[in-house]
Amino acid sequence: MVTGIILAAAVVGILGILIGVFLGIASEKFEVETDEKELLIRNELPGNNCGGCGYAGCDALAKAIAEGEAGVGDCPVGGPDVAARIGAIMGVDGGTSEKKVAFVKCKGTCDKTKVQYNYYGIDDCKKATVVPGRGDKACTYGCMGYGSCVKACAFDAIHVVDGIAVVDKEKCVACGMCVSACPNNLIDLVPYKAETLVQCNSHDKGKDVKVKCEVGCIGCTICVKQCEFDAIHMENNLAVIDYDKCTNCRKCAEKCPVKVII
Amino acid sequence: MKELLLIAIGSALVNNVVLSQFLGLCPFLGVSKSVKTSAGMGAAVIFVITIASFATSMIYKYILASEFLHLEYLQTIVFILVIAALVQFVEMFLKKSMPSLYEALGVYLPLITTNCAVLGVALTNVQKSYNILESVVNGVGISVGFTIAIIMLAGVRERIENNDIPFTFKGSPIVLITSGLMAIAFFGFSGLIK
Repeated sequence: MVTGIILAAAVVGILGILIGVFLGIASEKFEVETDEKELLIRNELPGNNCGGCGYAGCDALAKAIAEGEAGVGDCPVGGPDVAARIGAIMGVDGGTSEKKVAFVKCKGTCDKTKVQYNYYGIDDCKKATVVPGRGDKACTYGCMGYGSCVKACAFDAIHVVDGIAVVDKEKCVACGMCVSACPNNLIDLVPYKAETLVQCNSHDKGKDVKVKCEVGCIGCTICVKQCEFDAIHMENNLAVIDYDKCTNCRKCAEKCPVKVII
Repeated sequence: MKELLLIAIGSALVNNVVLSQFLGLCPFLGVSKSVKTSAGMGAAVIFVITIASFATSMIYKYILASEFLHLEYLQTIVFILVIAALVQFVEMFLKKSMPSLYEALGVYLPLITTNCAVLGVALTNVQKSYNILESVVNGVGISVGFTIAIIMLAGVRERIENNDIPFTFKGSPIVLITSGLMAIAFFGFSGLIK
């Protein structure tokens, strides 16, 4: 009886010790040297694993930066601060990357844009685009408001308010996930400083826009004539602002007849 | 040869580890959100169970069930010890010699330590008194069955995501119902082997 207990304890004990020693030796033998820089860079990165940089996660980006494949400022979330600190680790200048935010180019809330039919399908923009007429909104360029971008956002920075997606400028880190999620290519990354923005994406002719939406760009070119800095142009019936040239003088916004420039 | 084939098919389809033995339910429900991750998990499980069933049946035959000791009743605790150590070792080994496979399996490899299907296979091998070769074949069969089940569930779940589900069924309830229906479907295999 007692021998049985001792024997059992001895077998399990010896087995445990053997396995422990074996694992200890193995961990020495199979040790992989990780780059010290990689660990330091990983600590500086935000750690949300949002994938905005195009790599599989923060670990993968840290590895790529340490190996010189990616630039020190490649993390769109961290912005210039993180770029500078990673630059210090890598011994290069972080450079000056401008802080950006996502911007939804649509102003067509439920009361402003006409609806062509009632949509009772799946609550998702990508699904709604395959329905004839690209969703229930009369305008085929605008925000459908089913929130594919909201689902894509890992930072709680974009919400559907009154039928259109609205970005919370302070929470947005410009990772670009919503930009790729939007089937209408409605979301742009714009400079954080930019205050004068065209909030419409419609390439329709003025008359057609008027029929569908009260707040669409009708391509009247008044803004182009107003601008003293050659910063706003018509591209395919839609006003487009060159943010490098724009001085936020707001002359175009004042004269815009449909108030689509904010 | 016929025996081995019967064991493999029997453990992969007829006695599917998840859907008819209800082992390894934690990873089955936990990591089946997308087909890609569940395929990773399945690959890691195949890898570990195959090695573990070999190692445990060796230890059982030459240590626990040897003529002098007769410590068969220690099988559970010893198998747990061996499997945990084995997973650790496999992880270290892969990291050093096959980094690409290590990265492909990723976080699923250490997760398998707590997968009761691994222990289940080891104990079933003993229960059915399989020899070492039969144990390994049984391990491969069971883990392939697990992979089939988890990938199928992941495929269903990906479609469920985009559907209009009553509020009370959202999340785990609908997944459990789905897996229950899958289990019923798998009972169709039970006539395959007499």
